[in-house]
Amino acid sequence: MSSVPTPAAVPLWMVAELTYRCPLHCPFCSNPVDFAKIKSELSTAEWCRIFAEARALGAVQLGLTGGEPLSRPDLEELVAEAHRLGFYTNLITSGVGLNETRMRALKDAGLDHVQLSFQDSTRELNDFLSSTRTFNLKRRVATLIKDHGFPMVMNCVIHRLNIDHVDRIIDLALEIGAEYLELANTQFYGWADLNRSQLLPTREQLERSEAVVAGYRQRIGNRLRILYVISDLYETRPKRCMNGWGTTFMVIAPDGLVMPCHAARMLPGINLPSARDASLREIWLDSPAFNRFRGDQWMPEPCRSCPEKGKDLGGCRCQAFLLTGDVGATDPVCDKSPLHARVLEIVNGPRPPRPEIERPLVFRTPENSEQLLATMTES
Amino acid sequence: MADPTPWSRASYPRIARLYRFQWEAAQNAYVLLFPEGMVQLNVAAGEILRRCDGKRSAGEIIADLRAAFQSDAIDGDVEAFLRSATQDGWVEWRDAVSP
Repeated sequence: MSSVPTPAAVPLWMVAELTYRCPLHCPFCSNPVDFAKIKSELSTAEWCRIFAEARALGAVQLGLTGGEPLSRPDLEELVAEAHRLGFYTNLITSGVGLNETRMRALKDAGLDHVQLSFQDSTRELNDFLSSTRTFNLKRRVATLIKDHGFPMVMNCVIHRLNIDHVDRIIDLALEIGAEYLELANTQFYGWADLNRSQLLPTREQLERSEAVVAGYRQRIGNRLRILYVISDLYETRPKRCMNGWGTTFMVIAPDGLVMPCHAARMLPGINLPSARDASLREIWLDSPAFNRFRGDQWMPEPCRSCPEKGKDLGGCRCQAFLLTGDVGATDPVCDKSPLHARVLEIVNGPRPPRPEIERPLVFRTPENSEQLLATMTES
Repeated sequence: MADPTPWSRASYPRIARLYRFQWEAAQNAYVLLFPEGMVQLNVAAGEILRRCDGKRSAGEIIADLRAAFQSDAIDGDVEAFLRSATQDGWVEWRDAVSP
């Protein structure tokens, strides 16, 4: 057996959010809404130390994301060090800033894979949602990625405004030669939570899109593997979020905060440790934040005595907090939750006919972040 | 399903371009890495795949495994594993030694 001490859990997947800087302004961004307050990014040397510590803990997959990771001029250096340490390196990018020179340098540094985001299959909606003219650029970047022989995942966040284009989005993925397509229904945290009423698809839309995806899967086989991730708001059992708190994932924020998931920064009463102050080993094994929701001792009823608690582990802590105000509550997506009615209210509630016009989307910009920060400080 | 490449004992298997195969000390196992995912391999799968280097034919790999495990009864298992690994896209085939 392995000589790694308890807990047996290994942070196999580490996500490095290298920066919150981003040329795109997508209204469903998973970055915290108050990102503008974070000014001090980890240095190259700090990241390299963190990579080495994570590798020693058994981390294998490294996701390099942001913001836009290409905003970091030292990205190539970081990839080279991660590759040297034995990580499988995934660049998760909007494509903005990825030219021939940088692509070749990343290849030379040992980059394994590129995940390229599109916001839609049409130039109009792609450019509206990102508030940039980037659709044509992304098409060119896709060619560049394939020309350099990288496996490519195309990612598209799905929501009410583009879910009816799922067929054309799959066609686009086939056209650009992606090996995988991740159709990720919006998860309602951060900016997406602010824009939930405009972005949440209707049940009919969701069902139609699932049928479209099933039809394509049957037709195209293994040529393109489609990962269709749905939001669990329409379900009666919550998702097994992050495969369990502090079991598999670790996200490092640009300022060194170490989090069990992307959204954990907003949770009250969780004192998130910083990789600037402690080693990842201490943080992963011993920090109160990472131990807070491990196992089932923390669970309230109805989870504690539920025969299904081992499947969903009580659901998502961030969703529980956003919908109930209590980070330790049963995820109200579960129809056994005493607060499940709040989810039903959201999914069955009235929707404006043209949501993006009736109530404008709040785009992810530093200005909007500053403004939200001011409002949060007041209240 | 995509039609897997036909192969025989004279063909040369290697890890497919989309995958990376490596030893992971923390898990005491060989793993296959691919975009945003990982398969932890059992001992048999690891021993077979580690020989799929594009330089040895399926027949040579089977002979090598027979010697390593001192067993004549493994041919069927190895071939079955190679079939399913091909179906899963883990392994690619050449009719001759790859350059």
